[in-house]
Amino acid sequence: MSWNSPADFFAMGGYGLYVWGSYAVTLLILAMEPWLAARRRERALRDALRATDMDTQS
Amino acid sequence: MSAERIHWFTFAAPSRFYALAGAVAPWLWVAAAALAAAGLYIGFFVAPTDAQQGDAYRIIFIHVPAAWMSMVIYMAMAGWAAVGWMLNARMASMLARALAPTGAIFTFIALWTGAFWGKPAWGTWWVWDARLTSELILLFLYLGYIALTEAIDDVRRADKAGALLAIVGAVNVPIIYFSVRWWNTLHQGATISMTAAPKMASTMLTAMLLMTFAFWAYAFAVVFVRARAIVLERESHADWVRALAHKEQIA
Repeated sequence: MSWNSPADFFAMGGYGLYVWGSYAVTLLILAMEPWLAARRRERALRDALRATDMDTQS
Repeated sequence: MSAERIHWFTFAAPSRFYALAGAVAPWLWVAAAALAAAGLYIGFFVAPTDAQQGDAYRIIFIHVPAAWMSMVIYMAMAGWAAVGWMLNARMASMLARALAPTGAIFTFIALWTGAFWGKPAWGTWWVWDARLTSELILLFLYLGYIALTEAIDDVRRADKAGALLAIVGAVNVPIIYFSVRWWNTLHQGATISMTAAPKMASTMLTAMLLMTFAFWAYAFAVVFVRARAIVLERESHADWVRALAHKEQIA
């Protein structure tokens, strides 16, 4: 293992900004995308339901 | 014997695809999380510090897999778009549309992590060399495909216009891949070669490959979820979608 302490780990040998700047943005995006995709499916299902209700009322 | 034959084309029916993708997606999420956990553990706690680049090289564990995904997803998108166009296969066109945002996202991640690696390695966030420029063009191709298909209301026409753009744009993918050989680039050569032994430490390689498989599982999972949403949007008047909507409302 290359790290002697948590501070050592976060410093990344002086490259902390670059390493964590890469990983943080990647993690944020890869957490957002599935959430948005799941919301899109739920919205589509709600729209399909509303279309059915309108048809039965008319 | 014919009764036992698997009817593969039945999966081309949107309703079958919807059910199958829904059954597989949870396992893909689990696989993606487990592979990423293993890859990051090896990448940060087992792989040694690089002699030349220090710990900045650890960006490779997401940079290279994301760059690979950006190209593979583009080829899959163009391929499904072409199949959808030529065979008039609805599900293939829907898959092409579902792949585009994920491809654009991996392209952005490749560019972003590349900039954050270029700064410590080369002293600059960006340079107009062949590899970086062609990858940026890939991002514009994805965004152009999404904008074009979203701008046309008639879905069948949108699929066809998108297919044309995707197929023409596919010439950019080999340009990205071979750019480091064809031109003198600041960007380093291929990380993995089919013909030569890997130049990196085996623990580094293991971490990178685990992250690659994690991204593959992630991409399949998120594209399946998005493709299911597109199926529901397009088939909203089909009986099975209506029945499903009612069932899920009660649940």
